[in-house]
Amino acid sequence: MLPLIGKRLVQMLLIMVVASLVLFFIFDSDEFKKKIAVAELGGFAVSALSDADYQQWLVNKGLDVPFVQRYVNWFGGVLAGDFGHSFEKNTDVGPLLWDRLKNTGILAFWVFALMIPLSLALGVIAGMKEGGKRDRIVSFVAVFTTSIPEIATAILLTVFLALGLGWLPTKSAMMQGFDPWQLVLPVLTLVIYSFGYVARMTRASMAEVMTSQYIRTAILKGLPQNRVIMRHALRNALIAPFTVIVLQLNWLLSGVVVVEVFFEYSGFGKLLLEAALFGDIYVVQAATFVAVIVAVLSQIVSDVGYTLLNPRIRFG
Amino acid sequence: MATIAAPTSPAPSLLDRLRRPRVLLGLVALLWLPLVAYVMFGVGRMVLIPAIPATLLLYALAVISWRESAVAVIGVTLVMFWLFIAVVVPFLPLLDPNQPVQPFVTPLTEARDMFFWLGTDFRGRDMLSRTLWGCQRVLVWGVTATAVAYVIGTALGLVAGYLAGWWDEVISFIGNVILSFPVMVLFIVILTYFGPSGFNIIVAVTFASAPAIMRIVRGLTLDIKTRDYVFAAQTRGERPLWIMVVELLPNARGPIIVDACLRLGYTTVAITTLTFLGLGLQPPDPDWGLMIKEAAAAAMLFKFSYMLLVPALSVSSLILGFNLMADGLREMSLRD
Repeated sequence: MLPLIGKRLVQMLLIMVVASLVLFFIFDSDEFKKKIAVAELGGFAVSALSDADYQQWLVNKGLDVPFVQRYVNWFGGVLAGDFGHSFEKNTDVGPLLWDRLKNTGILAFWVFALMIPLSLALGVIAGMKEGGKRDRIVSFVAVFTTSIPEIATAILLTVFLALGLGWLPTKSAMMQGFDPWQLVLPVLTLVIYSFGYVARMTRASMAEVMTSQYIRTAILKGLPQNRVIMRHALRNALIAPFTVIVLQLNWLLSGVVVVEVFFEYSGFGKLLLEAALFGDIYVVQAATFVAVIVAVLSQIVSDVGYTLLNPRIRFG
Repeated sequence: MATIAAPTSPAPSLLDRLRRPRVLLGLVALLWLPLVAYVMFGVGRMVLIPAIPATLLLYALAVISWRESAVAVIGVTLVMFWLFIAVVVPFLPLLDPNQPVQPFVTPLTEARDMFFWLGTDFRGRDMLSRTLWGCQRVLVWGVTATAVAYVIGTALGLVAGYLAGWWDEVISFIGNVILSFPVMVLFIVILTYFGPSGFNIIVAVTFASAPAIMRIVRGLTLDIKTRDYVFAAQTRGERPLWIMVVELLPNARGPIIVDACLRLGYTTVAITTLTFLGLGLQPPDPDWGLMIKEAAAAAMLFKFSYMLLVPALSVSSLILGFNLMADGLREMSLRD
């Protein structure tokens, strides 16, 4: 088990180094430097700028330093815990990223807190009797909700709950401090989009368990239905969904970008998109690091959890 | 002396002749190539005329072949509806989708002696016309991007699975590196670097999907290459490339087709989302993601929410169609 985790972590570091090099190389291009200049000084000012003045601007920004040297400096800084300076927001990247991650963390916490019980319950109910009426209804709802992209779900919820009924605020910018009501629509959107997949996985896993020998034995022994489900079936049926739920973290990130941009919620996804559009290299770098760490760690947790839960599988 | 007549197989019916792979591929090409020529390369609309009967024929064949699965029939109906619209929309008597008439006309009302079924948007462009035209770009770029990703992913998967050894090591490692990136980060970085356009969406989708496709095909190949007919082919002295394309690929097609339908859905979501984020197809031509983006910025009132609802429901129906098709096909393949 430990060698496996170690191998994964080494692989993660390798991926992070490769990714940061590629990103640095991309954002080192002249177009991106020009883009930052245009964003900061305005298009007219840049076109009116003489070549010498532009070079001076680059020097002021520290963008004239050659690629390799800049990368080494930055990498040393990261090792010392300094993620660099944001061009766009004019603050240090570390605190900025931490603040945004906290906001996305709140969002993700509520999404998981609602999505896990909902999808597991629906999946188990559907899988108890494959092909039954409940199964058909749950399966249909699951296909339906996962087919509606986050952006469309966000629109439907906004139009009906916020614009039509006026129950909830349309945007979640949280200008006057934290407001739980503004969190409802983003959380609902992400839950509706993601619960279907987990529910379908749970259903398939549950249906498979229900056909197994030991369940048949338990039923033939004359145990009541509830007891068979709760004591015998559930434990084994929940192994597969566990891995899927952990991997959802990675999927959630894509949805988070859309939802945060649509609802103007200032979280990690919005930060990443804004930074990429601006050419704000240090923010993009730090955000990519976080994303890769989340992705790899969730894979490791998923694998390790699977081996711990399922005694039939052992890694060498 | 009685002569024994050579056993003659009954002449294949018209339906069976139409369902041969060669004919089906021909029909798809007849539908797809004109649409690509029209949307991507701006060829005149007359090129779309042969695509209209091809679409109808394909739809009829799909319904007849899949009639045992209601889910698949509903799915293919949704998809084919939008494909049909994409092919016939240049011939329909619609207003110019980019021509402003009068802004903020609500659906089912009249303005300037014209009746607007779906109203007009905040710039006064006809919503019905924009919605119907909008399906062209999503379909053409989405399906083409998925197809390119499939060609590359399948080729890599076959090589990694069949040749194994260091081919497998290298391809699998690169695939794992790309898969460790969250898809959205990959899309955002690629599209901000190359600039937002349809062709770059193909690049981004290929990067994001090809490794996953490669994994699936590699797994299937590892399974199939131990079959007797592959050994027979190797003994006959067939070359690896020939074995991969002729022996392995056709026998792996079932799961690949199901996965392709699902992936078409993902790609449609991705393109709409990217366009909404400002990284995809560019204005002014109508596109569902673009309509959402513009309306979300301009019209956040219940009275004008149709500007958001119409494109959102359109794109959802298309994706639902792809997903139902995948579901139905999987159901049918399990039944056999």
